[in-house]
Amino acid sequence: MKAAAFAYARATSVVNALELLAVHGDKAKVLSGGQSLMPAMNLRLLSPDVVIDICDLAELRGIVVKGNVLVIGALTRHVDLQRSADVATYAPLLRDAIVHVAHPAIRNRGTIGGSLAHADPASELPACMVTLDATIVVRGPGGERRIAATEFFKGIYETALSPDELLVAVELPIAPAGSTCFFQEFARRHGDYAIVGLAAQAVVKDGTFANLRLGFFAVGDRPLLAAVAGKLIDVFVTPASLAEAAAALVEELDPHEDQQGSPAMRRHLAKVLLLRCVAALLARPELDTGAAG
Amino acid sequence: MIAPMSVSLLVNGEPVDAFVLPRLNLADFLRENLKLTGTHVGCEHGVCGACTVRISGEIVRSCLTLAVQTQGASVETIEGLSDSGEIADLQAAFRERNALQCGYCTPGMLMTAQDLLKQSPTPDREAIREHLSGNYCRCTGYQAIIDAVEATAKARAGRSS
Repeated sequence: MKAAAFAYARATSVVNALELLAVHGDKAKVLSGGQSLMPAMNLRLLSPDVVIDICDLAELRGIVVKGNVLVIGALTRHVDLQRSADVATYAPLLRDAIVHVAHPAIRNRGTIGGSLAHADPASELPACMVTLDATIVVRGPGGERRIAATEFFKGIYETALSPDELLVAVELPIAPAGSTCFFQEFARRHGDYAIVGLAAQAVVKDGTFANLRLGFFAVGDRPLLAAVAGKLIDVFVTPASLAEAAAALVEELDPHEDQQGSPAMRRHLAKVLLLRCVAALLARPELDTGAAG
Repeated sequence: MIAPMSVSLLVNGEPVDAFVLPRLNLADFLRENLKLTGTHVGCEHGVCGACTVRISGEIVRSCLTLAVQTQGASVETIEGLSDSGEIADLQAAFRERNALQCGYCTPGMLMTAQDLLKQSPTPDREAIREHLSGNYCRCTGYQAIIDAVEATAKARAGRSS
């Protein structure tokens, strides 16, 4: 289908974009790369009166290291993340995840800010933000707000952003020395939305987890930072304790039913990913028992 | 009423000036306004890849790009790549190996395959599959397409060494 009619405004600055948002409020949608917004408009899931194109706002583009923080501008494209040496060094989880975000032609236009503001629960980047304890920086008429990623995602396509606010950047704590990461997802086709996925980062010392963050996605209405990770920190993981953690994970998840899978299938796949993840991060392949049963 | 907006861009190297409604996507602009019907419209939500074109040298989905967003841009379509001879060998390889049947996906496949070969001169079959993962073909089962891209990569590598 084609998008319904809308008026188009090209913002000339962040201030101008905020002025346009103040005028049009929730009748407007912000267009960055358009790789989530345009499908939704073509499918008539969204019919904004006004589209505010922020593609000219060069100040929202780019990746810089500031002290212990990697700052990524909202308009930074997926392909820019993929090619960035700073991302590979300081946020290797994001480097591993980005190749699973759609396909080359979409990564050439899709932006990190657009993906996060869209907040599809089956998409990769929101889960990475939660796992990496990112801060989402937004600007509105009252100035700047800084929102923890764990507080930012509120539901399917719902975030803490107000209609008069613009997502301008994300800040990622630089991955601690000695940290390792794991990213895997199940999808019908490489690059499609996940059926279930896991973005994890850990610090392993002497064969045990000194820290472990497990961000599951496509298992509920928003990315889930699994509390079950706490059961695996500072203990020697055995097949029995891991099976216990997997059982607790199943209780923690509230997956949805859709064309791609039932809640039971999603719970099973989440367990499979947990076992793979722990086995990989601890470099103990025998722990990956395949989540049978 | 929403008024048409002016847009000026390059299409296959030639300047184009037009007035378009904001809702018009680039695929429809190319097909309906410029009669460049090599760019195909499949799913219209970014899944099938039939509408793939190049903007500023990078492949994009023309169904997910508004014509008004291409102000000042350089757009290249399958007609441009074909007429310039840039992909003549790739097209020949597709023909030789029956890498197309109905041909609906072929322009997008060629655009995407050429994009890969520009970035990575000797990709293995896995890399070819991954790069083409965003392009659906409902006829060939993909094997012949992978064969054609792999053969073209090898032939080009042989010529340049």
